[in-house]
Amino acid sequence: MKLRRTMLFMPGNNPGMLQTADTFGADSVIFDLEDAVALTEKDAARILVTEAMRTMNYGETEVVIRINPLSSPFAMTDIDKMARLKPDAILLPKATPEDMEILKKELERIEKEEGFESGTIKVHALVETAYGVETVYETIKSSNRIQAVLLGGEDLAADLAVKRTKDSEELFYARTKVVNACKALKVDAIDTPFTDTNDYEGLAGDSRKAKMLGFSGKLAINPRQIDTIHEVYSPTKQEINNALRVMAAKEEAEKEGLGVFSLDGKMVDLPIINRAIQTLEIAEMIGLLD
Amino acid sequence: MTINKPAKCGTLESNDIFVMLTPSENGISIELESVVEKQFGNHIKMVIEEKLKDMGITSVLVKAQDKGALDYTIKARIEGAVKRGC
Repeated sequence: MKLRRTMLFMPGNNPGMLQTADTFGADSVIFDLEDAVALTEKDAARILVTEAMRTMNYGETEVVIRINPLSSPFAMTDIDKMARLKPDAILLPKATPEDMEILKKELERIEKEEGFESGTIKVHALVETAYGVETVYETIKSSNRIQAVLLGGEDLAADLAVKRTKDSEELFYARTKVVNACKALKVDAIDTPFTDTNDYEGLAGDSRKAKMLGFSGKLAINPRQIDTIHEVYSPTKQEINNALRVMAAKEEAEKEGLGVFSLDGKMVDLPIINRAIQTLEIAEMIGLLD
Repeated sequence: MTINKPAKCGTLESNDIFVMLTPSENGISIELESVVEKQFGNHIKMVIEEKLKDMGITSVLVKAQDKGALDYTIKARIEGAVKRGC
């Protein structure tokens, strides 16, 4: 299980950001070759990211590289240069099953050329079009390289020709559709960024709403957003205590040979046990267990 | 490889270096302005020269304005400029 409470975008042509990428505490960082890089600087960004990847040690932080969309003239060079660096994942923007098929073939070719084990270059899919939302299940299903699906609300709202609002009601269908496909195929669902970087209350509320729908983390566009998102996506003391009590009661019941047991007057069944296990796994990973 | 046309790469932002290459037939010469010139000037010039030689460039005029770039950035910006100038 990989923790992806926060995935922080970093401009791919900014040396200061690339060299401090792992110091902000995000679970993942995304070196962006797309929106954050001017059309005239795509070549320079690729070279800078390459040098950074060869030089820096990002420790436990997951490093993802967002390439340009396959419809752009930059994508094929991005794939060819970036996949050889073997980041933790390539982020495919405007993901569709058709584009995933093309990317898959390119990655297979590069793996052969580089002598990498087949299927080891992983992919995250950024779903940000109406078509991408409707076909998200097929996109994930098309390759076991996919580790996570990220929802891009800004581009999606533009594609839907609706206004992007702070309460994100316009994304409700897309959010639930993405979450459901991800849960069905056991990959992470990561929510769209909250774009007002000064509104921490709004960010917390938006994060809670997405967590309630089933997302396991959120994209961040500013390091200042990380703590707020982590607070929402980390288990509370009460949740951890409850999970520990469930596991203790389960152990006790097993000793007594009971298949079903209750805690505080409520029946404890498999989904509750699984949730407790998951809570404790996350708590362990972020050092919240004594 | 030969530098056939003037080419630049990088920015004047903190942690970056802005390099400009001009074709020359007088070997590699480097004009450097750096916020850390006293302490790291020689090192920066050495990194620039090594990267140029790695790329097969033996003659070029380099004008560089450094804003505290690490070696990886210096190498990247030189490579970017060389590719643009060849």
